[in-house]
Amino acid sequence: MINPAKRRSVLGWLAASLLALLLAGAMPATAQDGQGGHKLIAKGDKCVRDVDFMRRNHMNILKHQRVETMRKGVRGSQDSLKNCIECHVNPATNSVASSKEDFCMGCHSYAAVKVDCFECHSSKPKASIVGTHPIIAPGQQSEGKDKQSGLSGKIPRQMQAKLASLNMGEGVK
Amino acid sequence: MSNDVDNSRRKFIAAGVAGTAGLVLAPGVTLLDMAHARPAGEAASSAKRWGLLIDSTKCATGCNDCVTACGKENGVASTGHPETDPQWIRKIELKEIKSGRSHSLPMMCQHCAEPPCVDVCPTGASFKRADGIVLVDRHICIGCRYCMMACPYKARSFVHEEHEDQNPDVPRGKGCVEACTLCVHRIDKDQQPACVEACSAGNHGAMLFGDLNDSNSEISKRIATFATTQVRPDLALNTGVRYQGI
Repeated sequence: MINPAKRRSVLGWLAASLLALLLAGAMPATAQDGQGGHKLIAKGDKCVRDVDFMRRNHMNILKHQRVETMRKGVRGSQDSLKNCIECHVNPATNSVASSKEDFCMGCHSYAAVKVDCFECHSSKPKASIVGTHPIIAPGQQSEGKDKQSGLSGKIPRQMQAKLASLNMGEGVK
Repeated sequence: MSNDVDNSRRKFIAAGVAGTAGLVLAPGVTLLDMAHARPAGEAASSAKRWGLLIDSTKCATGCNDCVTACGKENGVASTGHPETDPQWIRKIELKEIKSGRSHSLPMMCQHCAEPPCVDVCPTGASFKRADGIVLVDRHICIGCRYCMMACPYKARSFVHEEHEDQNPDVPRGKGCVEACTLCVHRIDKDQQPACVEACSAGNHGAMLFGDLNDSNSEISKRIATFATTQVRPDLALNTGVRYQGI
């Protein structure tokens, strides 16, 4: 017979690993994790926060910034929706939310979470991004992805570069 | 002492910017006035109160430049349903019946110091910013339209139709009330409202934008010199938009 303390710890471990599995499933990690996965299109060189943090907390950051901008008139923050769109726009559609391939909808359609930002906000950057991407300079994409995409260590660098160029489309070249 | 340092630095920076970018249009007139722009990250302050002075004697009947410019800047366009189309600024014609004297003026949100729309708003969506601009926070607006009824100037509109391709600086969408924002996104960049810019671009000079709290601003000087009126002064709303010649 297993003593109660030991049983509790075993159960704890089981629960923790189950939770980890669930989380892993619920947070579609990156690009090419195969079935059900989605592409993180047009990732910038460096996000305003760590990628894992952004996956879980981007909505809070946006909500905080919206109050700052709307109520107090604080402009030009790196946390603004406009700034997100500037970086994450898909060159193929010039949008972050017009198709499931676009940055916002990639995750939101997978997770079945309705995003209503774009009922009022434009999902497009102010100017066309072709050739004017604020962060990614031509030839720099693959290095940018290494740092934060979570792909590091999973697939070779050349493949990442190829994926990056696929994701980025022709627009920024 | 520290002021001296700041001033000299400002002059140096301004001279550098003007020199390199060729922004000097004439002596003393520059395209970009760097020194006055509110730095990014700084909140609007109650030290300023933005206002408009509209000279109806210079406002021509039939001229629609301000309305057109507003529509273009803010994406307020006809949806094909004129009864319900949002209207941020409109031209109205006034006629004194006895004398027959008629004149024209633009009417829009008067950016009251005591705004009735803010008083009645049940959710807190309608609010006045520190610098006196009255706005609707669409994230919180439930579209009840109490503010539209409370406004004595009929300045607010309800958005009945879905919108696409908004100006990224001016989010708009179905189900909220909206009104003139005094082009708050432009003011925060140290630019003038689109209507004022269009009025002076057309050489009409009927609209003047500025800081009512600054006694040295052009608008304050004009108000101190000439007889200007608020519309419905009996309501004591202390409007930010004032009219001359009505």
